[in-house]
Amino acid sequence: MKILVCISQVPDTTSKIAFSDNNTIFSSQGVTYIINPYDEWYSLVKALELKESGAATAVHLITVGKAEAEPVMRKALALGGDEAIRIDADSSDTYLVAAQIADYAKTQGYDLVLCGKESIDYNNGSVGAMIAELLDMNFLGFAGKVDVAGNSVTVVREIDGGEETNVCSLPVVISCQKGVAEPRIPNMRGIMAARTKPLKVVPAAAISALSNIVSYEMPPTKQGVKMISADNMEELVQLLHSEAKVI
Amino acid sequence: MVVVLVEHSQGVFKKKSLEAVQYAAHVAQQMGTGVTAVAVGKVGDEAMQALGQYGAQKVLHTTDARLDDFNSRAYTKVVTAAAQKESAKVIVGLHDTTGRAVLPRVAARMQAGMVAGAVSYPDLSNGFVIKKNVFSGKAFAFVNISSDVKVIGLMPNSFPVVTGEGSATVEKLEVALTDADFSVQVKEVNKATGEIPLSEAELVVSGGRGMKGPENWYVLEALAKELGAATACSRPVADSHWRPHNEHVGQTGGTIRPNLYIAVGISGAIQHLAGVNGSKTIVVINKDPEAPFFKAADYGVLGEAMDIIPKLTEAVKKFKASQN
Ligand SMILES: Cc1cc2nc3c(=O)[nH]c(=O)nc-3n(C[C@H](O)[C@H](O)[C@H](O)COP(=O)(O)OP(=O)(O)OC[C@H]3O[C@@H](n4cnc5c(N)ncnc54)[C@H](O)[C@@H]3O)c2cc1C
Ligand SMILES: Nc1ncnc2c1ncn2[C@@H]1O[C@H](COP(=O)(O)O)[C@@H](O)[C@H]1O
Repeated sequence: MKILVCISQVPDTTSKIAFSDNNTIFSSQGVTYIINPYDEWYSLVKALELKESGAATAVHLITVGKAEAEPVMRKALALGGDEAIRIDADSSDTYLVAAQIADYAKTQGYDLVLCGKESIDYNNGSVGAMIAELLDMNFLGFAGKVDVAGNSVTVVREIDGGEETNVCSLPVVISCQKGVAEPRIPNMRGIMAARTKPLKVVPAAAISALSNIVSYEMPPTKQGVKMISADNMEELVQLLHSEAKVI
Repeated sequence: MVVVLVEHSQGVFKKKSLEAVQYAAHVAQQMGTGVTAVAVGKVGDEAMQALGQYGAQKVLHTTDARLDDFNSRAYTKVVTAAAQKESAKVIVGLHDTTGRAVLPRVAARMQAGMVAGAVSYPDLSNGFVIKKNVFSGKAFAFVNISSDVKVIGLMPNSFPVVTGEGSATVEKLEVALTDADFSVQVKEVNKATGEIPLSEAELVVSGGRGMKGPENWYVLEALAKELGAATACSRPVADSHWRPHNEHVGQTGGTIRPNLYIAVGISGAIQHLAGVNGSKTIVVINKDPEAPFFKAADYGVLGEAMDIIPKLTEAVKKFKASQN
C-alpha cells in the first residue's frame, strides 16, 4: 500500500494576524510557519504507523506551494516518510491545490490519500473531498479512527450529532482529525535523516484558480466586558434577555 | 437558477437547511432568478412543499433505497444532476459534515469555484464576492469566485430563519447511480438522541479545567437543561476523558457560533477562542480576574464555578417561570 499525505503550511496558532496594502495582503512578517496541525498530528502519524506495522510500503508527503514551503516539508520528513514532493504552484485557491495534487497522484498508484480536516489558516476543509472527486475515489471526512486490514479500511467518523462507522476498499481519500493518532515529536535521528531524504519539486500543471481573495477585515473589537456580581445572577439573566437578546 | 441541497433527519428538514434555502432565495433574488431545492432520500411531500415558506419554488426529489445512508459520491451525482437540469449558476449547501463532503466534490466535478464557510450574501457589484472566516475566526476574507458556476458552503447560524408564506412544487429527479457510488458501507451509526447537536445549538454551556473533574459537570448539565443549551468543553477536558471528544471546541475541535456561549472555568487560550469567537454573546465565569477570556467576553462573572452556576440556573428558572 502506497500512502500520500497532503501537507499544508500554516501560520503558527499563536501568530498575530495582520494585513498590509490596504488590507489586501496577509503580512507574513514575524510569522512562523508550521505544518498544519491536523496534517502533522493525525494524518502523517497515521501514515507512519501504517508503515511501521508493515501495512504500508511507502509514505510520500506532498504540498502545493512555492519554495517557502520547503522548511516545513523538511520538518515533516523529520517525523518520517520516504520522500516529499512540492508542486511549484500558488496555493491560494482550493480547487487549484486539489487539482494539482490529483494531477500528480493519478499516475502514482496511491492506495490511500490522507489529509487534514482543514487548514487552520483558511479553514476551508475542501481539498480532500475535491481530490477524491478528481481521482474518482471514495471520500471519508472527519475521521477520528482509521484501521486498515488488507484492502479494507474501517473509519469511525464524525457526523451531525454523533459518529458513524464506515467500511470501504482501497483506494480512498480520508480527512483526519483528533483521535486518528497521537502527536509525535521529531527526534535527532529523524532530523538527521530528513536532510538526505528526497524533496522533489514538480512543475505546476496548467490549471487556473477559480477564486481569489480580494481583501481582509479584522473582526469588530468587543465593547469591553461588563462585569456582574456573582451574587446577582438575576441581573445577568435580565441582560441576556433584554440587552443581548439571546434568551 | 440557484440550487440548494437540503438535509433532513428522518423526514424533518433541519433548521440549518431552512436557513440555507432562505439564503439561496436571497441570492436568487439578487441574481433575478429562482430557487430549486434538492432533497435526497425518504421525506414526505408536505415537508418538501413547506420549503416554499423559505423561498424555494421547486424541490427536486431523488429517492433510492441505497440513498438512505449518506454517501458523498452518490450525493454529488444527485446535486450535479439537479444543477445541470436547472442550468444552475449557483449551488448552495451547508458548511457542515455533509456539505463539506459533498460541495467540494460538486465544485471539482463542475469546475466551479467555491467558498467554504460563507457568512455573507455575495456582493455582486464587482464580481461575486463572499465574506468568510479565516485564521480560525481571527479575521474575515472577502473571496471572489471567478468561474461561471459557483458553489457556496454556508456557515450554519449565520442568518436568522424567518418563516414566510408559499409552497414549493415537488418533482422527481431520476439520477443514474451505480454500485460504485455506494461502495462505502455504513456499519454503525451512533447518535446522541434527544440532545441538541452542538454544531446546531443556539445556546451552549461549556466547561474547562476549572471545573476540576467530571463529577462536577452535573451543575453545567443542569444549567444547560434549564436553558435548552448544548454542552461543550475545552481540549484538556476531552483529553482527560472528563467529557466525550465530540464536545471539544477550538482550533483542533469543533467550530461553533451559537447566539450564547457560556464559558465556565476556561482560561481563554487563543486556540480555544478560535472555535468559539464567532459566538454572538459570550459570558465568562472564572475565578481569576486576569483570565484572558474576559477580554473576549461580553459579560463576566468573577468567582467559584460551583457557587455561581447553581445560582445562575436558579435565576434562569425564575426568569423562565416569569415569562409564562
Ligand atoms: C496547536 C494547539 C491546538 C490547541 N487546540 C485547542 C482546542 O481546540 N481547544 C482548546 O480548548 N484548547 C486547545 N489547545 C490548548 C489551549 O492552548 C489551552 O491549553 C486550553 O484551552 C486550556 O484549557 P482550559 O481553559 O480548560 O484550562 P486552563 O488553561 O487550565 O484554565 C482553567 C481556567 O479555570 C479557571 N478556574 C480554576 N478553578 C476555577 C473555579 N473553581 N471556578 C472558576 N474558574 C476556575 C482558571 O482561572 C483558569 O482560567 C490547543 C493548543 C495548541 C498548542
Ligand atoms: N497547499 C496544500 N498542499 C498540500 N495539501 C494541502 C494544501 N492545502 C490543503 N491541503 C490538504 O487539505 C487539507 C484541508 O485543507 P483545506 O481544504 O485548505 O482546509 C489539509 O489538512 C491538507 O491535508
